[in-house]
Amino acid sequence: MSDLTHLTIKNALEGLDKKEFSAVELTQAHINAMESTRELNAYITETPELALKQAAESDKRRAGGEAGLLEGIPLAVKDMFCTKDARTTAASHILENYQSPYESTVTEKLWQDGAVMIGKTNLDEFAMGASNMTSYFGNVINPWRSNAHDKDLVPGGSSGGSAACVSARSAMGALGTDTNGSIRQPASYTGTVGIKPTYGRCSRWGIVAFASSLDQAGVFARTVEDCALMLQSCSGHDPKDSTSANIEVPDWSNSFNNGVKGMKIGIPKEFRVDGMPDEIEKLWQQGADWLKDAGAEIVDVSMPHAKYAIPAYYIVAPAEASSNLARYDGVRYGLRVEGENLIDMYEKTRAEGFGDEVKRRIMIGTYVLSAGYYDAYYIKAQKIRRLIVEDFKKVFEECDALLTPTSPGVAFPIGERMDDPIKMYLEDIFTSPASLAGMPAMSVPGGLNGEGLPLGLQIMAKPWDEESVFRVGQEIEKAANFTALPNLLTKAAA
Amino acid sequence: MAQLIKGETGEWEMVIGMEVHAQVIANSKLFSGASTAFGAEPNSQVSIVDAAMPGMLPVPNAFVVEQAVKTGLGLNSKINHTSVFERKNYFYPDLPQGYQISQFEHPIVGEGVIEIDLPDGSVKEIGITRLHLEQDAGKSVHDQHPTKSYVDLNRSGCALMEIVSEPDIRGPEEAVAYLSKLRMILRYLETCDGNMDEGSMRADVNISVRKPGGPLGIRAEIKNVNSLKAVQQAIDFEVRRQIEILEDGGEVVQETRLWDPAKMETRSMRSKEEAHDYRYFPDPDLLPLHVTQEQIDAIKATLPELPDEKKHRFMQAHGLSAYDASVLIAEKARADYFEAAANNNDPKLAANWVINELLGGLNKDGLDLEDSPIKAEQLGGLVALISDNTISGKIAKDVFAEMMKSGKDAAVIVEEKGLKQVTDTGAIEAIIDEVIAENPDNVAAYRGGKDKLFGFFVGQVMKKSQGKANPAAVNEILKEKLG
Repeated sequence: MSDLTHLTIKNALEGLDKKEFSAVELTQAHINAMESTRELNAYITETPELALKQAAESDKRRAGGEAGLLEGIPLAVKDMFCTKDARTTAASHILENYQSPYESTVTEKLWQDGAVMIGKTNLDEFAMGASNMTSYFGNVINPWRSNAHDKDLVPGGSSGGSAACVSARSAMGALGTDTNGSIRQPASYTGTVGIKPTYGRCSRWGIVAFASSLDQAGVFARTVEDCALMLQSCSGHDPKDSTSANIEVPDWSNSFNNGVKGMKIGIPKEFRVDGMPDEIEKLWQQGADWLKDAGAEIVDVSMPHAKYAIPAYYIVAPAEASSNLARYDGVRYGLRVEGENLIDMYEKTRAEGFGDEVKRRIMIGTYVLSAGYYDAYYIKAQKIRRLIVEDFKKVFEECDALLTPTSPGVAFPIGERMDDPIKMYLEDIFTSPASLAGMPAMSVPGGLNGEGLPLGLQIMAKPWDEESVFRVGQEIEKAANFTALPNLLTKAAA
Repeated sequence: MAQLIKGETGEWEMVIGMEVHAQVIANSKLFSGASTAFGAEPNSQVSIVDAAMPGMLPVPNAFVVEQAVKTGLGLNSKINHTSVFERKNYFYPDLPQGYQISQFEHPIVGEGVIEIDLPDGSVKEIGITRLHLEQDAGKSVHDQHPTKSYVDLNRSGCALMEIVSEPDIRGPEEAVAYLSKLRMILRYLETCDGNMDEGSMRADVNISVRKPGGPLGIRAEIKNVNSLKAVQQAIDFEVRRQIEILEDGGEVVQETRLWDPAKMETRSMRSKEEAHDYRYFPDPDLLPLHVTQEQIDAIKATLPELPDEKKHRFMQAHGLSAYDASVLIAEKARADYFEAAANNNDPKLAANWVINELLGGLNKDGLDLEDSPIKAEQLGGLVALISDNTISGKIAKDVFAEMMKSGKDAAVIVEEKGLKQVTDTGAIEAIIDEVIAENPDNVAAYRGGKDKLFGFFVGQVMKKSQGKANPAAVNEILKEKLG
């Protein structure tokens, strides 16, 4: 049975179709995997009963000849998506017991296509972090380990739980959210594929808001094609989200295996940063060579403002967060700590309900929006944002897609960098520009470093051109032939 | 008629600007589908968007946007093709999101102007600075429990238009005239019901004083001014307060003050230093709001005739005085009543009857126009009887009184009571002959030069005819007979 957890979504759908196994069996295998890998702390809320119920219904539908796009596929959901059948915590004490009476648009679409929810995954509190260390429910452990030391490693963040469970084979795919790299960086750290589509491709309705102009739902899976399949299901215009685009979602399965022949791939020189390990530089070159060998033309391009993405991001995102998180005030739902008066109640509730990183960002955000500082910080950051958009526009006149490393490093030991927020913030140095400009971007595993840890390559394309991202991603995937398993699974097998 | 206030050091001029919050007439809220009906059970009209549940997003109500554009056009203002919703951040229990979605730097409506009608019959222009859309807050209820407050979110998220005037207002009379005119326009447009007692129209008044023609003084903003009377009283008080401070050598503090209608005073709410830093920034959940010229033109085509246009038409087409016209247009229903009553009639006569008799009569009986026992066509019938000399003006008043009581048509009453005016010259001659025969002394005196006695003869004739004799005919025949 455990073989079932190693299937891709595409293969599992074929197996279900051929009646080689049922959705209940497939789901049970993943529930077993979820239980046996519980030490990773990848899930905040496991929903095995719900999953088995959904799987049984799915089997009935399939028997009745009405199989959806993801019929019977067990998926995990980052605990930022509000779900009717399980609490939604955003990994925060303040929402620890919050049960929403509604279902997010994106999860609703998955269930309508027949998918099964196995559990809600752990994350950095309110998706603020790059290590999954800031969760109120404890950190997530990466299923991968270094062969140089025995320390537990972070899975990256903020969608660390989603990345870890896909890597550890307790879910065939998972939903994440990406505000500045929160899907791509953990995908890179766990040897999984993760895509953030174009801003506006997926509805934000029912996703706990962190930074509204940057938040975008996306998916994790173990192949590019599986990612495309999941994204196909959860994309589309939603009249309930004014920022979701009324643009038709193409059928991405039509473009699979089209290759990259004739495509122009840009290599932005500004992504070659000081202190980047040689092995990442080498992998990047390797990726470019693979694409060239497959018939693509490699061109050097320049994005002069990309280096300002991180400072701009750390003004825009906290500004929006400081306002988005004002609703957690103890008045209507969520945690309330009684106080002597209204102000005292507010202060006690928010002091106890939010962790340090969330508080830090609320304070930064409040500061940069304050009278006298707004122009110097917020307005300036918005100007930089526009310059970065211009940079992308220019380079996409010269090429069809961009190739860069996903992250300047690999998964690091738990507890490191916690005393140095700036260093932690630099985790997003390569993922930030696409977030600020709303471009689609994906991380695909490219290989392992010297310590046996996965490294990802990032592919970016024009808005609404996920197709190019998938085409280039598939080519990398084919060439890299990434078959390594996380240590957790090889150890279990041994 | 800029009103000046006499202080100990000379005259002072008042400089006043107003910010009016007007609740938009719409079935649902500005960004959610919840109902906006007034007076429902607490928290029965709250959507998950209004309650600011996690992950909820605002979607602009297209009808409310149209209403704002319509209002802007009615205020002769510029409609901005692009406007931006921003967040105004502050904490309060009846503000679920922790911010109010409003418009700040880029409002939907820009500069405009309206005319106000002053009691002396003159007209003055008051500039409109802007109109923007924003969400209303909920309501905190403090009197239900000794230590707790309750929150009712029914009003939370309802659409408001904030209409800001230029500081062109120069006294309480102008302020009242401005507010009245604004309310009139909103009611004509059916974009706000203007009910100040239900809170669907609320005013904040910015007041400063200066020596006439001098530099602007420091202003105070007065809140909770929720009736026309309160506007007058609050300005009277606040102006006196500021003049006293200045004449004592002090300085007016820029602050927000609250009008207390019970104590008839304004008192400090918060100073400039205590003022909130609202940290406005564009709401990232909403795209900039675009209104095309085609949309504006389409809305323009649906605009009703506005009070000022109506007033000018009444003056030009019907020959009414400015005063009569402005009384008639004060309410759209009143103007419609007048036009129906004046249909095929002498408009000036109809206007007199509406203004002097009907409105006075209704007022005395405590009735609204819509409850009037006399319908417009019926009043028109009465006016027609006067015009064609069927009854005299004097008889008409008795008929009118009867109509108010019974609701019967004028013609029916005249018929039933036999009040028809006598225009038959033979009948009138007979009465005159009688009167001359009965008053030989007066006839002699009149013929001897006492012209004033003419009135006496007219009176006698009218009396004998029970008021029914046609006065013009009486005059003519009397003159002949008395020679």
